Amino acid sequence: MSTLDYLSGTAEKDNIGKEHKKEFGFKIVAVLATLIGIVSLAVLLAYVFTEAAGWLDLQFLTSTPSRFAEKAGYYPAILGSAFVVALVALFALPLGVGAAVYLEEYSRKNFIQRFLQTNIANLAGVPSIVYGLLGLGLFVGTLGLPHGVVLVGAFTLTLRVLPIVIVSSQEAIRAVPDLQRQAALGLGATKWQMIRSIVLPEAFPGIMTGTIISLANAIGETAPLIMIGAATTIFSPPHGLLSSFSAMPLQIYAWSDFPKSEFQHGVLPAAIVVLLLVILTMNGIAVYARNKYYKNKK
Amino acid sequence: MIEIDGSGALNTREEKNGTEQTQETKLESVIEVNKLNFYYGSTQALIDVDMHIYKNKVTSIIGPSGCGKSTMLRCFNRMNDLIEGTRVEGKVLLDGVDIYAKEIDPVRLRRHVGMVFQQPNPFPKTIFDNVAYGPKMHGVRNKSSLEEIVETSLKKAALFDEVKDRLHKNALSLSGGQQQRLCIARAIAVEPEVILMDEPASALDPIATTYIEDLIYELKENYTVVIVTHNMQQAGRVGDYSAFFLNGSLEEFDTTEKIFLNPSKKQTTDYISGRFG
Repeated sequence: MSTLDYLSGTAEKDNIGKEHKKEFGFKIVAVLATLIGIVSLAVLLAYVFTEAAGWLDLQFLTSTPSRFAEKAGYYPAILGSAFVVALVALFALPLGVGAAVYLEEYSRKNFIQRFLQTNIANLAGVPSIVYGLLGLGLFVGTLGLPHGVVLVGAFTLTLRVLPIVIVSSQEAIRAVPDLQRQAALGLGATKWQMIRSIVLPEAFPGIMTGTIISLANAIGETAPLIMIGAATTIFSPPHGLLSSFSAMPLQIYAWSDFPKSEFQHGVLPAAIVVLLLVILTMNGIAVYARNKYYKNKK
Repeated sequence: MIEIDGSGALNTREEKNGTEQTQETKLESVIEVNKLNFYYGSTQALIDVDMHIYKNKVTSIIGPSGCGKSTMLRCFNRMNDLIEGTRVEGKVLLDGVDIYAKEIDPVRLRRHVGMVFQQPNPFPKTIFDNVAYGPKMHGVRNKSSLEEIVETSLKKAALFDEVKDRLHKNALSLSGGQQQRLCIARAIAVEPEVILMDEPASALDPIATTYIEDLIYELKENYTVVIVTHNMQQAGRVGDYSAFFLNGSLEEFDTTEKIFLNPSKKQTTDYISGRFG
């Protein structure tokens, strides 16, 4: 038997030919698995975008909701979401970074630290409706704040995103090389000086990336806002911390109940597209910040 | 009190007193280590160390890996405090003051005893901001004083001419050797009394190493330098005094000349001649 016969597989029947066929079969399965996820998502997006076309215009973005599809607008919900998320950023950033700095730089690596760490990770996995109930009980029931107002919404969503902000800030802080810390301390800096002047500036892009992604999640949250009694439809944007509000996903939820075809196949898709664009933009900013940061590091 | 102990540390000290009686009067101790024991958890890293660091001299600490060289160095500015589970017994006196006493603030101590690390570790800031970091942290706000400090420190570290046109460029754009001299300038800017160097040239090429060694030689005019090194030739070139550590004990401490040419212990001879290490 010549080498050529053997290597080309013409001479002898062995298992290699069969194995090649198996590999081909598996490849097909893997490609299909990928396509099912991506194609169905793409179809969904394409469908929503085509339905929204013609409805998503300036009038839609600047009007208040209406019984008539042609006059219906998203304006109060957009402003409600923006107001609440801005407050969430204001609350969650200092609390999250503070907790992360404590856990990474100050706390001793003992049982209590591990206990806190494990629980923060678990909190990130608690369903958001549970945070809604917590917000309702704590801020409305115990602290006596009114139902469904901006401040309660922001507090509740802050609790929701805080675990994620803490964990991602911790990761960013941990990524600062220890040599930098030693250099600062070796020069006679106090720990706080070191954290302020070396650790936080270096960790900042990472912290921002995690925070923006968690805020993008918060913008899409519906269940906790329903729990605290936020309006599903409201005709004026919030004008203060204690004013009622609606948010983009809540308005979507409300419109999904409208039987008229113009709502089902026009207004509703337009609202979804606006929400998606906002979330995608925020995630895009987060990715851009992270890439820019890594490029600068090199 | 020490007489009952027949350890190596004691012997070397007696000998030094004997061989250098004439010089001893001129030598001023900046740091004095008394019966120092150091533990990482239950592992003892330093055993009954007694040694002196003399003013305006370069003392090199030599010995095989894991012998406690770096631990010893980091005891001088209490960098070991940063590692959880460490414990110190005995005394380290800086100008006669026990730096491990309760009332001593390690932050203040580190302004007197500066440190240069094995890997060049400039901050990802400008060259200027790197050198100005220490003084700024210590409250110097005035811009012209900072500029003056930066310039003199860079000059003392023999780096000024190379970087004077790009003081506001990122320090990470410098070569490894320049980065290490920047780290030395950064340490000098705080005006320490003692500068500790933990294998400062081990990550550098031979030419950059020469620069650092020349610099160490010049630095001793104004500072007291303690250097940990793996490199015997380097210890021979830069050190006025050499301390040979083995398994956590100070085996021999003497002038570098004596240690290299006529060591009194067999282990020292073996290590220096390259028979182990």
